[in-house]
Amino acid sequence: MAGSTLEIKDLHVEIEGQEILKGVNLTINGGEFHAVMGPNGTGKSTLASAIMGHPKFEVTQGEVLLDGENVLEMEVDERAQAGLFLAMQYPSEISGVTNSDFLRSAINAHREEGDEISLMKFIKEMDSKMDTLEMDKNMAQRYLNEGFSGGEKKRNEILQLMMIQPAIAILDEIDSGLDIDALKVVSKGINEMRNDNFGCLIITHYQRLLNYITPDKVHVMMQGRVVKSGGPELAQRLEEEGYEWIKEELGIEDETVGQEA
Amino acid sequence: MTVEVSLPYDKEYVTQFSKGLQEPEWMKNLRLNALEKSESLELPKPDKTNIQSWNFTEFKHHVEGETIDSLQNLPVEIQDFLDQEEEQQNLVIQRNHTVAYGTLDQKLKDQGVIFTDMATALREHGELVEKYYMNDAVHVDEHRLTALHAALMNGGIFLYVPKNVQIEEPIQAIFWQEDPEASLINHILVVAEENSSVTYVENYVSHNKEEKTSANIVTEVIAKDGAKVSFGAVDNFEAGTTVYANRRGVAYRDAVIEWALGQMNEGNTVSENITHLIGDNSHSNAKTVAIGRGAQKQNFTANITHFGKGSDGYILQHGVMKDKATAIFNGIGKIEHGASKSNAEQESRVLMLSKDARGDANPILLIDEDDVTAGHAASVGRVDPIQLYYLMSRGITRFEAERLIIHGFLAPVVKQLPVEAVKRQLTQVIERKVY
Repeated sequence: MAGSTLEIKDLHVEIEGQEILKGVNLTINGGEFHAVMGPNGTGKSTLASAIMGHPKFEVTQGEVLLDGENVLEMEVDERAQAGLFLAMQYPSEISGVTNSDFLRSAINAHREEGDEISLMKFIKEMDSKMDTLEMDKNMAQRYLNEGFSGGEKKRNEILQLMMIQPAIAILDEIDSGLDIDALKVVSKGINEMRNDNFGCLIITHYQRLLNYITPDKVHVMMQGRVVKSGGPELAQRLEEEGYEWIKEELGIEDETVGQEA
Repeated sequence: MTVEVSLPYDKEYVTQFSKGLQEPEWMKNLRLNALEKSESLELPKPDKTNIQSWNFTEFKHHVEGETIDSLQNLPVEIQDFLDQEEEQQNLVIQRNHTVAYGTLDQKLKDQGVIFTDMATALREHGELVEKYYMNDAVHVDEHRLTALHAALMNGGIFLYVPKNVQIEEPIQAIFWQEDPEASLINHILVVAEENSSVTYVENYVSHNKEEKTSANIVTEVIAKDGAKVSFGAVDNFEAGTTVYANRRGVAYRDAVIEWALGQMNEGNTVSENITHLIGDNSHSNAKTVAIGRGAQKQNFTANITHFGKGSDGYILQHGVMKDKATAIFNGIGKIEHGASKSNAEQESRVLMLSKDARGDANPILLIDEDDVTAGHAASVGRVDPIQLYYLMSRGITRFEAERLIIHGFLAPVVKQLPVEAVKRQLTQVIERKVY
């Protein structure tokens, strides 16, 4: 089998002492695109952040395995070097560090010492990917995310995804704040990544992203768990009927988790 | 109660020193008058830093430096300041207290530009220097250090740009304290006449880790109506040198003074950078970055005072503190009565890399006029864990991520320095000091 496998097993996660994830199970294989959907406040972004190792989230139980290795025991940079990538919902702004210098450091971090990417090759690759994403060339020399519009930040996350070429990517609400044209461009970039060696977990609460990126599997999260899984038709039904039918089916009154009343 | 410090340099010494340099009479008198005042004036009192016991008076006062016939004969650490690819047209290298190398583009000479060491300027352009020397910007009797400076000044540069002359290429000066005990009592005087423009960049460097001496630097920048002066500096005195640096600008109508100061000394340092926006619509952008390490104590003041209407001032101070270093960053935006429609902005940020380091950011706005805008931002803290997380999530190690963030934090000055070699050298100094 080609590609890597990410296995999330019985994952429990707390933030500031409050449990947000209450046993999540998911397996993503290379070549597969999974969508995790669900209303706001059901734990979707927590899942993404906990897998990557965000300092505010504490894993209290369960495992996340990448090709059998427990990533929860790794530092954040080791997780990335092992093949994980997270396109963040709110990327940090880092003043004084150009987008291009940052990207080159990131690419070289995935390579052996002495095998750094040549400047020419780097520029060529970046230029071509920026073209795909219809990004203004001067964004390479701007400081990382500083003063970027919401849409520019999202494109920049996908630019990083395309340059780094991870084994498994998690896209955390990459569609939020994008107009329809930007959404198409970003989707084009993500679809270009599709191959047997690349697995992707797409977190969204709008079905519209899935009009452009067809998932192989769709999962619905509520109350900090995956409560329903299915194929692309599940996303279609959610688009038409909303989430109420699932709540009724499962007897859930309040789908959110860890929210103050 | 002040401690009396009797200088090893008396009236007789100063008279002979002035005579030896064939200085004009006014300069000798200014020195003698200053010497007398230095005995009664007190040391300055920088906010929250006690400098009473610092060494401002023990040093070798006059040390000649060998001249250099070719830049290839410079030691590598001095060559680092020079853009090797390009021929140096406008450069002065001062070695201890004398000029080792000096050149100025003939085209600029023909336009009336003067760029020479202070001793030569006093001999050849005495009247012109007299008009500005410690007149409009810094005064002899402000405190003991300005008086000592005036009495014992032993180096520096005079840069004069005539009316309407725009100098495209940067003008570069290197002040090389080669003798470990030599004191640089350097006076930099930049005069930009109406509608002229110039970019100047200077480096201070010494290698005295153990030997004690002191530097007393006064810089005066005069920007006449419509003139523009960009002033860049990298100070990198070693730990043995106690530094007093006073850089002051006066901007007249529509004039612009930009400062980009990389304050990278290893020893105790008091530095003030004050700009008077005298004229209407004058503008100043004062940027400083600094690093403290070891047990170093430093005090930085950036002050922009607005007198002219519609004047615009922006202060940026970024400091990185490690080990047990202490630094105080005072940012002062002052708007005088009558300076309506003025704008005073400032940002002071200190990044702490160890728990024993201390950094204070004191933003101060003093406003005596109603119709103005002003703002400040200040912060003292550690490297942001969320920024680290973001960079590390791309595979970048914690060490490298922190390095990127720190270089980025100090980039506002690096970016603005005009000479590529000076930028690169400052980046190396930052790298060396932080790691």
